[in-house]
Amino acid sequence: MQWTHVEGKDRGKVRLYALSTCGWCAKTKQLLMELGVDFRYVYVDLLDADEMAQAIDEVAQLTSQQAFPTIVIDDDRVIVGYRADQIREALGP
Amino acid sequence: MNAEDVDQEAIERLYERLTREAEEGGYHLNPDVPFTKNLVRGLIVNERRYGYPSCPCRLAMGSRERDRDIICPCDYRDPDLDQYGACYCALYVSGAILRGERELTPVPERRPPMAERRAQEPVLPASSLPWPVWRCRVCGYLCARTHPPEVCPICRATQDRFERFL
Repeated sequence: MQWTHVEGKDRGKVRLYALSTCGWCAKTKQLLMELGVDFRYVYVDLLDADEMAQAIDEVAQLTSQQAFPTIVIDDDRVIVGYRADQIREALGP
Repeated sequence: MNAEDVDQEAIERLYERLTREAEEGGYHLNPDVPFTKNLVRGLIVNERRYGYPSCPCRLAMGSRERDRDIICPCDYRDPDLDQYGACYCALYVSGAILRGERELTPVPERRPPMAERRAQEPVLPASSLPWPVWRCRVCGYLCARTHPPEVCPICRATQDRFERFL
């Protein structure tokens, strides 16, 4: 799967599952960049069918639903939706 | 042309139309104009990709039948406006949000998982009414006639957004 790497401060392994058309996903990515965190993101809507199915599976296993944006920190903590307070609390300085 | 390449003029045109139609129908677009225009761009991208403007904040499957409930305005807009003051992607907001009386917060996904959506198709008992009653799943408009209208006269949703109500 084609992840885009944004370099920054190491706050653990941070992954963002997003949609390229979604306003809340854009805000979430923007917030991660403002916080200066090292993270990887993928636009699930732009993947080919096999990779999209894989990404949907991954998100469904983590959240028991299919919603974007989904942030995964260290394969452990999951934040669904643009929840700025939770994101700052988990990844902020 | 790549579906992602949307020129600003197309965004402005659709934004103007959606604003006009929303206000005429008693709805409001999100007053955060750059945010809203980005969603409008997403609607145009989805229209080009899939042939219908599905919700920019949901992953479409690419089949109109399966994505029908998330074609904008989606089936979930009105209950989300009632409960959260905004629809899922926040293209539409309530009067309270528009006037700044209420804060915009993330709207959790109310759309049931696919298996449940299929199971929810209502089975209606035989009716003694002279005409069937059809309900627009987008705005709740009801009409008693042989078939639902081609386009909802209230919200302009297409015929396939109607369900048998009685």
